[in-house]
Amino acid sequence: MTSDDRDQFTALRVRPYLLTGGRTRSAVDLPLEAIVRSTTEGANRVGTLDHERKGIVELCMQPQSIAEISAHLHMHLQVAKVLVGDLITEGLLGSHATTTPTSARPDVALLERVLNGLQSL
Amino acid sequence: MTNATPIPVKIVVAGGFAVGKSTFVNSISDIEPLRTEAAMTKASEAVDHLGDATSKQSTTVAMDFGRVALGEELMLYLFGTPGQDRFHFMWDELVRGAVGAVVLVDTGRLDACFPAVDYMERQGVPFVVAVNAFDGVLRHHPDDVREALDVPTHIPVIVTDARHKAAVRDTLVTLVRHAMTVARAQAGV
Repeated sequence: MTSDDRDQFTALRVRPYLLTGGRTRSAVDLPLEAIVRSTTEGANRVGTLDHERKGIVELCMQPQSIAEISAHLHMHLQVAKVLVGDLITEGLLGSHATTTPTSARPDVALLERVLNGLQSL
Repeated sequence: MTNATPIPVKIVVAGGFAVGKSTFVNSISDIEPLRTEAAMTKASEAVDHLGDATSKQSTTVAMDFGRVALGEELMLYLFGTPGQDRFHFMWDELVRGAVGAVVLVDTGRLDACFPAVDYMERQGVPFVVAVNAFDGVLRHHPDDVREALDVPTHIPVIVTDARHKAAVRDTLVTLVRHAMTVARAQAGV
């Protein structure tokens, strides 16, 4: 999708998927708890981005999950996923989730850390 | 780097409508619980309808969630499932990659949690059944609940109190321990 397309869609604000040019999936498959943060490039280019993308990059100066982005920016979850996926592909956001399989359950080592963390609360 | 991006982990809080899921999440969350909305329609249907700007907004399903920092490296997210059965399409997304699920039970309405128990069993999601003692009153013994729900003996059935952080934490600890047992068994250790 070109940025011109997106500008056109942004102005309408009729249906959530208009923001994504009708796409419901992005190249990056993110779970809703995936945490992303803005990259240096994202911070440098934030002033050049359109409204929704700018909002995401600004919010993610502090690490945020997709679900939090969706909640704070009042964006449908699926829309947030697609826009975040685009921003990751463009190098403006970074995430752990792009390098690890997201469908697998946490392994015993990670569960052990979760257990220790909970017991320290 | 001191402010590294934490690793996310997720636990699903399931159960019937108004069983105390939001209270459970709220009791332990570091933040005021947030609400995210997802489109109810299947992705393809939403695209098909793009041309019709006059039709009503597609139905949305709202999910409340909270988060708990576990040290500096882990962030635990707690997602409450949408109560009604017709929102089960969202559950697949919720349980994907999750540590497991807490199925909250109100002993006054045992049948309300049947769909959640069924779903977790069918999908092979590690889960515990937590009987929420409303107003500090436990109407049924956990053993009776286990029998009524036909929950296998290897799955923990415990009593909790969604209003109290310590009780919620202990419930999550029980779930994580159970998930470790399941993970070890699957790894053949």
